[in-house]
Amino acid sequence: MSIENKSFRPKIVAFCCNWCSYAGADLAGSSRLSYPADVKIIRVPCSCRVNPMFILRAFEKGADGVIMCGCHPGDCHYSTGNFYARRRMTLLFSMLDYIGVENGRTRVEWVSAAEGVKFSDTMNSFVEKIYSLGENVRLGDLRCRN
Amino acid sequence: MYKIAKENLSALFRLIADSQELYLPVKTAGQVNFAAWSEEAEVALDTLKSVKSPKDAFFPQSEGLYTVRREGKKMKVEPEELKSQDFVVFGMKACDVKGLEVLDNVFLADPIDTFYAARREHGTIVALACHEPEESCFCKVFGVDAADPAADVAAWMIGEDLYWKALTEKGEALTKKVKELLSDADETAVEAEKEAIRGIAEKLPYMNLSLDGWNGDALSEKFDDKLWEELYKPCLACGTCTFVCPTCQCYDIKDYNTGNSVSRYRCWDSCMYSDFTMMAHGNNRTSQMQRFRQRFMHKLVYYPANNDGMYSCVGCGRCVEKCPASLNIVKVIKAFQKQGGER
Amino acid sequence: MQELINRAKEMLDDGTVARVLGWKAGDLPYNPEPAYFEDAESLKDFVYNGFCGANLSKYMIEASKLEGKTLVFLKPCDTYSFNQLIKEHRVDREKAYIIGVGCKGKLDIEKIRAQGIKGIESIEGAEITDDADTLKVQTIYGEKSCAYADAMLERCHVCKGKEHKIYDEQIGESKETKDGERFDEVARIEAMAPAEKFAFFQKELSKCIRCNACRNVCPACSCRKCVFDSNKFDSAQKANVDSFEEKMFHIIRAFHVAGRCTDCGECSRVCPQGIPLHLFNRKFIKDIDELYGEYQAGDDTESKAPLTNYTFEDAEPSIVGKRG
Repeated sequence: MSIENKSFRPKIVAFCCNWCSYAGADLAGSSRLSYPADVKIIRVPCSCRVNPMFILRAFEKGADGVIMCGCHPGDCHYSTGNFYARRRMTLLFSMLDYIGVENGRTRVEWVSAAEGVKFSDTMNSFVEKIYSLGENVRLGDLRCRN
Repeated sequence: MYKIAKENLSALFRLIADSQELYLPVKTAGQVNFAAWSEEAEVALDTLKSVKSPKDAFFPQSEGLYTVRREGKKMKVEPEELKSQDFVVFGMKACDVKGLEVLDNVFLADPIDTFYAARREHGTIVALACHEPEESCFCKVFGVDAADPAADVAAWMIGEDLYWKALTEKGEALTKKVKELLSDADETAVEAEKEAIRGIAEKLPYMNLSLDGWNGDALSEKFDDKLWEELYKPCLACGTCTFVCPTCQCYDIKDYNTGNSVSRYRCWDSCMYSDFTMMAHGNNRTSQMQRFRQRFMHKLVYYPANNDGMYSCVGCGRCVEKCPASLNIVKVIKAFQKQGGER
Repeated sequence: MQELINRAKEMLDDGTVARVLGWKAGDLPYNPEPAYFEDAESLKDFVYNGFCGANLSKYMIEASKLEGKTLVFLKPCDTYSFNQLIKEHRVDREKAYIIGVGCKGKLDIEKIRAQGIKGIESIEGAEITDDADTLKVQTIYGEKSCAYADAMLERCHVCKGKEHKIYDEQIGESKETKDGERFDEVARIEAMAPAEKFAFFQKELSKCIRCNACRNVCPACSCRKCVFDSNKFDSAQKANVDSFEEKMFHIIRAFHVAGRCTDCGECSRVCPQGIPLHLFNRKFIKDIDELYGEYQAGDDTESKAPLTNYTFEDAEPSIVGKRG
């Protein structure tokens, strides 16, 4: 599916861990790998810093998809942060699915600092998924739309 | 006096809704609240009390005041428009209508609240007599007659008919609009129904509650009473009582950042909340006891002191039914009474 | 009930406890309120019947700060909450003397009203000692009757059991009330299509008036200051300007108590709009059970909560999509 000739431009928020995926994004850049500009990166000190409220807030303010990237399980800079984050996000995503928000709109990927290619592939596939899901109308604040 | 068969009510609603908005009790997910009429709406006129009082139609739980936008280097303020279309609220009860009188004293006094005033001006109220008041009702205590609501149009549901009587100019105007569906009726059935309703009311436990000692002059006597320390204890500090109440009128003004603009809105506040009347220096009520006392002192002492003795409670009994800890204004009044007797 | 009063009097008299936390008879047949009793005299108003649904564990947070011991009456389901509060260091076990009271299911006046019973004068059969399966309701329109089971709170139909998880002594017999499975409703919703799920919750949550009763009654919501009470917070605690705000509030609230919620059902009991809030909590409990092993909050005071724990092999978040 080609994404170039669509009038819908999604807003995508990516929470990236400072120690892995944020550097992974850097590497993707310096390796001249491309990923869509629809992805807005927010750097966090650890995936465990991501409060469920951050995810909902992103949707509130108009995000169409939210992705969180952290270190591979076992490789956390703080030893165990991503293990807790993994449980939290699993439960939160399951809850969002339960109230009827399409489950493709949220994703977690583990991307290390050395995986520039994985970073760009992940973002490309996530953006494509959000294009196919279209605009997020179920979880946002209408006041933020005008 | 006119009447219309119950089976024709949906035609009546359709006709009213053709030319203006119509709010009436609608059942959604098992609960009855006032909402805009639509063909699909499950109208529930038989329900005695909507969960939320219909004050929403005149004083919404939240409403926008204005929006501030940035235009280049300037700020542009866009005030929210005042209500300019007529609307009808169908099925308010006598106590709910009296509740508006309480709100009028606050919002229509100087300085006039223009948002509220515009809604009052454009709203026509069709009030329904209470067919069977319940044990939580105590409207009579505040001089409300459940059998004879004082609105633009008073209505009674008797057997298979709804009786209709216009009481004001607005009521006459609405009657004219729907005349084709109404037929003439005499008052005999209505008089009998009124007697029946008053008969039921007489049998209810709260209807003859005494308000002795509660008035605008009782300020320091009631305020300093030790009883509050006991009464407030089960209170969970939730806002249920205030949000279902037809007379609670406190609101808060807040800003919301939409990312492109700031929208200023107001929303109901509750004296039960810790940030009620929060100011720069902090909060002047620091304990739940003080907040609990505020609610009842306001209804039974402060308000009467400023409004010629009129209480800010209409005895609808919603708080009696809904309080999670089974506290309510009746228990408070009774507790003071009991204490007075023992002294 | 007399047995409870006698025991309370004894303990007040001999100074073992400084106060009693129980329920006080209301002025209608169905509205007793949680109350403290500090002397034998005041115990004349003590009541314990089918309408004493309030979970007193939450009140023990405040009572733990008072001088002396508090005698508290806890129903079987309330003891789970008490255990959980001990685990979180919110109550002081040494400050509580717990009498586990029997339970034969608690009643919901709304369910009695829903059967068209109004003008209620008195209700017979709600006493804990009554063995009758029927409530006799005296109304101003004459006597009506209602099956006890039909008037029970939702939570009692899926009761976790009548065993007290923590107590100093037990008084009174219990009667099994469970006649349903607590995850059935959750499973039914899970099986819906996304649009249908969304419509269901949208409709339920649209009723929310942001009164915060669910939060304030919840024994797991014991934060001294709730995040939703912050005046720097965008979505205000008391406003529902946009439908997003109810979703935000209820999802986050359920999330904050996930792994700590004992499923005591107080949130659904107190909701003035009858929103089935337990459906959020039970979804988390069901997921936790399925993904991280069976866990019942409040079963004990020691075990690690699922969200403060992990294993290397935990499921990846992508399982949400794969489970369908």
